[in-house]
Amino acid sequence: MKKGHIIGLGIIAIAIVIIMTSIGDASSYESFTTALEMKKDGDDKPIHVVGHLKKDTAGEVVGLNVREDKVSFTFMLIDNEGIEQEVFYNEPVPADFTRSESVVVIGAYRNEEIFIADKILMKCPSKYQETEVQAAGM
Amino acid sequence: MINNFVGNLGHLMTIVAFVSAIVTAYAYYNYFKANELEKAGWRRFSRISFAVHGISATLIAFSLFEIIYNHRFEYFYAYSHSSKALPVHYMISSFWEGQEGAFILWIFWNVVLGAILIRVNKVWEAPVMIVFALVQAFLVSMILGVVIGDLKIGSSPFILLRDATQAPIFQMNPDFVPEDGTGLNPLLQNIWMVIHPPTLFLGYASTLVPFAFLMGGLVTKRYSEWIRPALPWAIFSAMILGMGIIMGAYWAYVTLNFGGYWNWDPVENAVYVPWLIMVAAIHTMITFKKSATALKTSIVLVILSFILVLYATFLVRSGVLGDSSVHSFTDLGLSGQLLIYMLFFAVIAIFLSARAWKHIPTSDKEASVYSREFWIFIGATTLGLMAFQVILPTSIPVWNAIVEGFGGISNMAPPADQIEFYTKFQLWFAVVLALLTAVGQFFWWQKIDAKALKDALVTPYIISVLISAGIIVLTKVYDWQYIIVVLAGTFTITANSVILFRLLRKATFKLAGGSLAHIGLGMVLIGIMFSSGYSDVISINMSGLTYSNSWEDELNKEHVLLWINKPTQMKDYTVIYRGRKKKVVGIPEYVPAKLLESTDNVNEAIALADYKDYFKKGDMVNLVLEENDYFNVEYYQNETLKFSLNPMSQFNEGMGGLISSPDSKIYFDEDLYTYVAAMNDHSDPDWKEDEIYEAAPGDQFHVADFVTYFDGAEVLKEIDGYVLQEGDVAVKAKLRILDYDVEKLLEPTFIIRNNQVGKIPVIDSELGLKISLENILPEDNKFVFKVNQYQKDYVVMKAIVKPYINVLWVGTIIMLIGFSVAIFRRFDEFKKMRDKGLEV
Repeated sequence: MKKGHIIGLGIIAIAIVIIMTSIGDASSYESFTTALEMKKDGDDKPIHVVGHLKKDTAGEVVGLNVREDKVSFTFMLIDNEGIEQEVFYNEPVPADFTRSESVVVIGAYRNEEIFIADKILMKCPSKYQETEVQAAGM
Repeated sequence: MINNFVGNLGHLMTIVAFVSAIVTAYAYYNYFKANELEKAGWRRFSRISFAVHGISATLIAFSLFEIIYNHRFEYFYAYSHSSKALPVHYMISSFWEGQEGAFILWIFWNVVLGAILIRVNKVWEAPVMIVFALVQAFLVSMILGVVIGDLKIGSSPFILLRDATQAPIFQMNPDFVPEDGTGLNPLLQNIWMVIHPPTLFLGYASTLVPFAFLMGGLVTKRYSEWIRPALPWAIFSAMILGMGIIMGAYWAYVTLNFGGYWNWDPVENAVYVPWLIMVAAIHTMITFKKSATALKTSIVLVILSFILVLYATFLVRSGVLGDSSVHSFTDLGLSGQLLIYMLFFAVIAIFLSARAWKHIPTSDKEASVYSREFWIFIGATTLGLMAFQVILPTSIPVWNAIVEGFGGISNMAPPADQIEFYTKFQLWFAVVLALLTAVGQFFWWQKIDAKALKDALVTPYIISVLISAGIIVLTKVYDWQYIIVVLAGTFTITANSVILFRLLRKATFKLAGGSLAHIGLGMVLIGIMFSSGYSDVISINMSGLTYSNSWEDELNKEHVLLWINKPTQMKDYTVIYRGRKKKVVGIPEYVPAKLLESTDNVNEAIALADYKDYFKKGDMVNLVLEENDYFNVEYYQNETLKFSLNPMSQFNEGMGGLISSPDSKIYFDEDLYTYVAAMNDHSDPDWKEDEIYEAAPGDQFHVADFVTYFDGAEVLKEIDGYVLQEGDVAVKAKLRILDYDVEKLLEPTFIIRNNQVGKIPVIDSELGLKISLENILPEDNKFVFKVNQYQKDYVVMKAIVKPYINVLWVGTIIMLIGFSVAIFRRFDEFKKMRDKGLEV
């Protein structure tokens, strides 16, 4: 076998390792139902859940519980299938959190009651889609 | 009054630029095909056409800037990206905050590069400029803003606000012009954001140059000659892209709150990958120049680097990333156009190279292990694998989109912990690269066999082991992975330094580019290892609280809550939060916010009290960006104030809330990096129920938790803001409130006029107190105070120590110098050949 072939095989082997790890380490989008099933099956891999904050009829966010030392909090997230779940986030409340339209939590169930988010992505009402132009100074 | 002229000019120039780009491509094609007689005529025409294109492109940029500079908020672009309060240098950032502005910037750089190429290159003009003109046509089409039926081509930055939104106000008054714009994203209000995008887009633009030379070479069957003119540009491109990446990383470090400089965000990856490929391309091109091998690899890499830039643009600007990126790029409906742009050039490049493939000269002889070609090839392969490892997971959203496009369901998400995921590969690849550069450089400068190699490497090896041992012991690097990183980094630094000194002794500085860049790489590697691997959160688990849940006690709380004036111990420091400050024009220090009251004018405030020698009570002062609050935190060691940091936060209605930026104390060997994660909102306090206190002058009592002295009262002759009449009685009570080491004087006032009682309460938002003088009981010599509490001011802060981060920054600068030296050398080579008439 020529040296070129060995190197070629080496490259292919590394490329395969990369592809396999990328697939293996890739997270997935789940609902709270499937996420809880994963937890029960002993799978602690962090997953993504897309949802929105629980709001009352007046549109105010409910279920936001900031810890006394203000460095962490829990909130209620309703996923796209309508399942409600308490989520804990070990960070202070992000500034525009209550204004967000949708929230992606990345994390896993700690036990059957609580979902722990390692990271939160928020989609906020984009200023580009703003259709209200302030009439100030008319 | 709506000014239509500038917008129309801009739009007209866009159309002119688009048409002239196509005409230029056509003209250069004819110049390329024409016989000797007609050549001069076509060349003249092509150049004029390109000049028209260049001028119109410049005028597009001018029109857009005019709209922003003159605050023409009737235009959507100015309204949504700028505001009156912005200083001029941030107006420049507003220019490229929007995607349309970014495209204009890109177009403009291509014009500059094209003009330089026409001047510098004699024989390559026609084919290269055809590629240029076609690229320009695609880019200008992105901002064309033409709608044909349902087909929308491009998104114009020159549309009026009333056409862009359906706000009801325009039905009542179509000529309505908003008073002010919604402002520039405060995160972009940073000096690095003024220069980072132009650098990055110059990097993007410059990848076109080697690609255009390659296309020219393939079409004219000069399969190898394109390398010489392309090489200096390829190095230029890699340098500028690298510089853009570093500036972006530095910007993220000083303005974003994610606690570092690199986050493996898709937007970052999208630039990193083409850069890696371009660096690989440079190496194979240099090899080809020396020994006529690796031509095919060079061709593939040059094409790949150009296409990857287009792919990056597609990823970032098509909206396909959606949830997976924290960067909020909106979909302007350009995804189709961007895709066509990318596929067009990908197909052409693949077709041309496939057609030429069997004619491309290759070297039959197998590269020996003791040849530089072999090691360079391994290095280029490593770079390619690095790029592959990053682009693959970054493309997961694209994969989902494709699967869903075919009706399938794909719920793949990017790795949950991106930093850990990418680092575990990139770190080891980088170690391999570092070792390869050390070995490769020795092969590069001399013919070498096994024994000679051993002799050459043994000294640098011993030196670097000794230095590494020193570093490991002194800085306590005990993790085996990091020990390897230190070894690899110092090895490449020593080995390349040895080469550098040899070169400097024998030859000129001109040849030193490679060794310098590689020394920089070694330093970057070591700097990253320390600043990220040994980054230490010192604001950890400070509250002393225990939680009701056992699982919550196991988690590390990485933030600290600081109440105003209350000393808190944080590792080696005692820290005290001292309240909010503002930046005032002409004053070198931050000014307490409580001394200033903003007026109705933008960035203007009236002084409520004297402050040092800077201003007197009642003075008007100008603020630097009035929305910015600086949270002053003092750091003490052994009871002495060492320094104070002022992390920034800005409440920005338009951007949807609070946006914060860190502040760092920079030492030679480490940075102390701090940022504010949450704070008290005292704009609309929710006062608690009344508390009534009765006190006689001279009494001491407790208000809330504060020790309070009632020092007595005073009858007033005049009061600010009130005109006292005959018979009015005004009394001011003097309360002294102690909060740790701070003493505050609060003076509520009580007025009697015609048996009517008026009360002027005092509000101290730092203490969260509202006190009013309710009544005076002369018979008991008592004063009655009403107190409402809210909340003492506080911040929630995170503090991280980042050791040896300066090694990283210095390393990147050395690397950039290395690139510059190499550009100079390669361009000089090209110029000499050209001037001898040997350019073919």
